Amino acid sequence: MNAPMVEAKALAKKIAVSNLEFYYGDSKALKSINLPLYEKKVTAFIGPSGCGKSTLLRIFNRIYDLYPRQRAEGEVLLDGKNILDPSVDVNLLRSRVGMVFQKPTPFPMSIYENIAFGLRLYEKLGRSEIDARVEAALSRAALWTEVKDKLNASGLSLSGGQQQRLCIARTIAVQPEVVLLDEPASALDPISTSKIEELIDELKADYTIAIVTHNMQQAARVSDYTAFMYLGELVEFDETSRIFTAPRDQRTQDYITGRFG
Amino acid sequence: MSELAVGGISRAEPVRIAERGARIARQKVSDSAFRTSTFIAAVMVLVLLGGVLVSLIYGSWPALRTFGFTSFLTTEAWNPVTEKFGALAPVYGTIVTSIIAMAIGIPISLGIATFLTEFCPMWLRRPIGIAIELLAGIPSIIYGIWGLFVFAPFLQRNVQPFFIELFHGVPVLNNLFAGPPYGIGIFTAGLVLAIMVLPFITAITRDVYLTVPPVLKEAAYGIGCTSREVVRKVVLPYSRVGVIGGVMLGLGRALGETMAVTFVIGNAHRITPSLFAPGTTISASIANEFTEAEGELYTSSLIALGLILFIITFIVLAAARYMLMRIERRVG
Amino acid sequence: MTDKSLYAGRRRRDIIFRGLSIGATAFGLVWLALILGTLFWEGASGLNLAVFTEMTPPPGSAGGLLNAIVGSLILTGIGVAVGTPIGILAGTYMAEYGRRSRLTMVVRFINDILLSAPSIVVGLFVYEVMVVQMGHFSAWAGGVALAILVLPVVVRTTEDMLLLVPDSLREAASAIGMTRWVVIRGVTYRAARAGIVTGVLLAIARISGETAPLLFTALNNQFFSLDLNAPMASLPTIIFQFALSPYDDWQQLAWTGALIITLAVLTLNIVARVFSRSGSGQ
Repeated sequence: MNAPMVEAKALAKKIAVSNLEFYYGDSKALKSINLPLYEKKVTAFIGPSGCGKSTLLRIFNRIYDLYPRQRAEGEVLLDGKNILDPSVDVNLLRSRVGMVFQKPTPFPMSIYENIAFGLRLYEKLGRSEIDARVEAALSRAALWTEVKDKLNASGLSLSGGQQQRLCIARTIAVQPEVVLLDEPASALDPISTSKIEELIDELKADYTIAIVTHNMQQAARVSDYTAFMYLGELVEFDETSRIFTAPRDQRTQDYITGRFG
Repeated sequence: MSELAVGGISRAEPVRIAERGARIARQKVSDSAFRTSTFIAAVMVLVLLGGVLVSLIYGSWPALRTFGFTSFLTTEAWNPVTEKFGALAPVYGTIVTSIIAMAIGIPISLGIATFLTEFCPMWLRRPIGIAIELLAGIPSIIYGIWGLFVFAPFLQRNVQPFFIELFHGVPVLNNLFAGPPYGIGIFTAGLVLAIMVLPFITAITRDVYLTVPPVLKEAAYGIGCTSREVVRKVVLPYSRVGVIGGVMLGLGRALGETMAVTFVIGNAHRITPSLFAPGTTISASIANEFTEAEGELYTSSLIALGLILFIITFIVLAAARYMLMRIERRVG
Repeated sequence: MTDKSLYAGRRRRDIIFRGLSIGATAFGLVWLALILGTLFWEGASGLNLAVFTEMTPPPGSAGGLLNAIVGSLILTGIGVAVGTPIGILAGTYMAEYGRRSRLTMVVRFINDILLSAPSIVVGLFVYEVMVVQMGHFSAWAGGVALAILVLPVVVRTTEDMLLLVPDSLREAASAIGMTRWVVIRGVTYRAARAGIVTGVLLAIARISGETAPLLFTALNNQFFSLDLNAPMASLPTIIFQFALSPYDDWQQLAWTGALIITLAVLTLNIVARVFSRSGSGQ
């Protein structure tokens, strides 16, 4: 297991993972993971399907908690506090660590309500404040101009790419610190995909972003750091440019040159 | 999309996090209150069934103590004047009407289900399916009033004399179809029940038939099987458990059906060999006599009938559900 | 026997088989047509304004079914108002909080039995626990008996409909920090709404024709009454009483009442169907 050899020590670690193991029932899905997520950087997770990259992402907001018989051991520090500690309030955690899923999942309500619903959970806001926040979130997700005339239409009436941007808007509307993206573009067409990629680039000014992707070009385009995972292990973690030009591990080399996966 | 508008969103400040925590804590209180109320509601379903059983046992206690369970079950007499009560006649009527209903209902239901899944043109499937389901939606009292005023007189004039004539002098059958033709009676009740259970058995059989993987049927057709052979050799064996489950469900309905039977059975507490004679069932006895029953023993005997009905249907329905669960498990 | 005649025999049997299945279907449809036909024929001739504006008459004089119709609406209303919330809550427990628990499996099994349990037994139960305890028949008792019939239908559809909501939607809602209660209230109930409403409509259709459980709970009443602590008339019990009477005008009213109930039930069934379709097409 290579320790990440990153020179930029000055970067703040938003999330620090150490000795993390994960189990589905009795089977171990992640083995002794150690890695940082640097603040306001994009970290990409790549690897063949089933390597545990989505599993790892789902630990950062403890969404796996919804299912019995799934458990994590080890340490995941968010701003220095272990989020795996049972005393951690998962709802508060999830309001700080947002997540966007592979398949667009608009709620069965209007476009406006999709965003306002989450806002009202955490803050007492007046009508005009909510309006402003909804507009801000939709603008930030590059969706405002497309939907501003039909805010009362169902979120389900949008195209797939628009739905996914609505989900991103919904996530950032509650002002998280970290945004997790689980293959956010894999169900979308190329044009929608490039819109999402542009969006990620803009969002990293304010958020720490982790993205799982099976598309190596995408990882190379959008991320600052890349983690290559294989069979539940973190094989290599480094700056993206280095992973793609001079990987240290033979398996990484094989994967990025398309020899398996 | 100005930068100013975007400026509204930045990462949350620590103060905000504290406020958020407080709001989440409040939501958690509602969450656990809601969770508890759903739990209580779920438990209530169980309590209800337990309550039905306990109250029936409690209510039938005076009768069962006086007559004894076995003797109550095997006595034919039902005499409010001498306060001598036995369940044999209603139990007999319940079982015989249900047998008639099943004997007629099962083959016809299977026929309809076969038609709907195998032969019926696509455009006709939905309307016929809906029509059969409407049959299930008609309230039982409608079957009752129709059975009494239309069906029973028809049977009395046209059908029963024919059978009585036909089987005259034939051993066994001449007793089973002995006159006079009243119109109302065990036979009529069984026929009405057959019509009533049709839609239930049909609907379930159709649904289980549809769980047969198309490849199996295609393979059979591929080696030149006729439709009849595909249904008998592939569809039926594959879906047997589910079909039996559907039949048991229909049987459960037939055993417990009240109003339709009450109208047409004739309400006579006696056991006669002839199917054309008036009789009674458990549910018809209760419906007819309960409000007029004088004295604790009479009422209690009727409740004891209810207890017997409850136990019989519980066993039948539990078996039906068990079989349907096996089919569901295989599918999903 | 040659191959050819063997095949001819198989073909002949297949044709007979097809004929029998078509015959069975025709048989089923004929009953539907006969019953509905007679009902319209006998019921429609007595259908006039007086049916909806006048009380049930003594034998030998004209009248209507107003008290019975109002009574049916009230009893059905109580049944739905009491049975639906409990049913939705129980179904919610089974599909959301306790999806894999042993309690859920047991409740599902018992609920399915209650779903087809004889309604007259429910009447006996309510008689024991309410009528005997209160000392008299009452609309409350009748309403509660109907609620017990509503409950399993609503439990079943609520559970089924909530299970149809994809888990990805629950995850997405949880991922912005919603507690389970907020997820259910804000997202899964909305997604399953059409299906749950359909279930409630079907439950109403089921109880609006129920007679057996009312016979010794709400009893019957020849007069107009809104008192929930007193016996109350209902269409089915009036039909039962009038149809079995020897009086022509009572029998006519019974037919008319039967037509009204059937139309109401069939309409509810059709509305439920349309509703579930429009919901799933969303």
